[in-house]
Amino acid sequence: MAADEVEIAGNGLLDRRIFLTRAALLGAGALVVTGARAADAADPPGTPPWMQGPGAALSGYGSPARYESSVTRTLIRSQAGTTGSGASRTPLEALDGMLTPSGLHFERHHSGVPEIDPAQHRLLIHGMVTRPLVFTMDALARYPMVSRIHFLECAGNSQLMYGPTPPNLTAGQTHGLVSCSEWTGVPLRILLEEAGVEPGAQWIIAEGTDAAAMSRSVPMAKALDDAFLALYQNGERLRPENGYPVRLFLPGWEGNMNVKWLRRIKATPMPAMTKDETSRYTDLQADGKALMFTYPMEVKSLITRPSHGMTLQGAGLYEVSGIAWSGNGAVARVEVSADGGRTWGEAALAAPVLPRALTRFRMAWRWNGAPAVLKSRATDDTGAAQPAREKLIAEHGSNVVFHYNGIQAWGVAASGEVKHVYA
Amino acid sequence: MSTRSLAALALALAVAGCAPGRPAVEGPKLGRAATPAEVAGWDISILPDGSGLPPGSGTSAAGAAVYAEKCQYCHGEKGAGQPNDRLVGGHGTLASRTPVRTVGSYWPYATTVFDYVRRAMPYTNPRTLTADEVYAVTAYLLHLNGIIGERDTMSAATLPKVKMPNRDNFILAYPAKLP
Repeated sequence: MAADEVEIAGNGLLDRRIFLTRAALLGAGALVVTGARAADAADPPGTPPWMQGPGAALSGYGSPARYESSVTRTLIRSQAGTTGSGASRTPLEALDGMLTPSGLHFERHHSGVPEIDPAQHRLLIHGMVTRPLVFTMDALARYPMVSRIHFLECAGNSQLMYGPTPPNLTAGQTHGLVSCSEWTGVPLRILLEEAGVEPGAQWIIAEGTDAAAMSRSVPMAKALDDAFLALYQNGERLRPENGYPVRLFLPGWEGNMNVKWLRRIKATPMPAMTKDETSRYTDLQADGKALMFTYPMEVKSLITRPSHGMTLQGAGLYEVSGIAWSGNGAVARVEVSADGGRTWGEAALAAPVLPRALTRFRMAWRWNGAPAVLKSRATDDTGAAQPAREKLIAEHGSNVVFHYNGIQAWGVAASGEVKHVYA
Repeated sequence: MSTRSLAALALALAVAGCAPGRPAVEGPKLGRAATPAEVAGWDISILPDGSGLPPGSGTSAAGAAVYAEKCQYCHGEKGAGQPNDRLVGGHGTLASRTPVRTVGSYWPYATTVFDYVRRAMPYTNPRTLTADEVYAVTAYLLHLNGIIGERDTMSAATLPKVKMPNRDNFILAYPAKLP
């Protein structure tokens, strides 16, 4: 360790200001996933081939570089006998910053992705309202809109972590049912007030126009608070797999409730007890009881770099980076440990730190080349802290399936290999 | 206080602090009146008190035939499962290390079976069953799970009265109670 390095927690965690003052040192410990790059004609003093003539033509809609073609969503499995029922996961370990590209946003569908002509799509609001109303998509597009950066997380994200052995999978394959976008759309309150909510209407039932007519009940209080009907994602109209042309968005609440391809909202005195709020998305405890209507996604974080499947290229200085979020508010603090949780140092949070949005954290680490265990733990602005996996399972059992938010550990071997560990 | 009860508390606070005081935003009011026929054509919601259930009825015997033809290829003989979800059995397993969650062992409301079968099944041809067929398949699944008798008729009058065995094992995180 150099004389001006300030260790803020055990096993080499450093004050991150080192990156501001000594950026040149970064190269010494560069994190390389594939093999070390061989010197070739592009090295100085050579002239690289792409500089020797004009590049490609302009294009109507851009695509990622072809060298990034391995950065895709991971499809773990589709349900038996179907192609469109299942989930695909965001490759969290390949991304940086707080936003997820729309094409890499996770998917969870119950009967495939419908191809909807927006000119023919309608939204019906009815039930306990004085004026049942039908909206065209052109009509919705004329309403005043809000833009919000929010994460969306499937309640079943990270469910393999309830299992007895650490998943031999990447960060994204394990935890990639969370993504973050800028969503733009119409506050639901405006439309409900236009329809005239009757006294006693305590819930809405939202329904999609997919083949499964996916349906969830939502408390009226949330519908009148910060719920909105999203039309845009990251500046463009929603992608088909994210609900084109309109989806319900409920900031911070479990993904399943954010009904895609929304076609109907019914105001009711009680929840409908739909399949997806009774047989699924309820949290079975060890004693056989089940929690229901556990709506907000709890405070959570994980280190995305380095993470399972990567290899550190020798001792030296690294940046540890990851994401943190909470459905109950903003991330207040993320702590990182390089000694398996014995000591912790506070990571830097990358601005903007927004409520119910992914927050990027960063920490400097001088790896000494010996085996190490990296962890992160987040605390939100309600004071809730991410629990250890053992504590979560001790409290709730391992049959829960949903709402896993335990601390994630990555083991670094002397060889530099990073693997998922329970520690 | 557990992680979950903290979350529930935060939710209660968030909800308590919202609706009444927030000023309404003026919209262009572009919704057109929906006719009763339009609403009736789309409204397939069923509440646990039975509201929304259509006329019609069915028994387990009639449901067995519908099931064999339209459900069994995904859910197995007599709801035993494979290739897709198991629908029958699993009673007494929920507190074990290998819980089996089926319609009979886990689902808290019988109305949910009707609602889900009618809206989403059969998977490749949803909403093609008649109301009588949906009542019959529902009766068949409830009978296979030992919840109703073989000759019991399921209808808008009888289905909401069926008490599912696991009903009282659900704990509401929100709200404090339901109407």
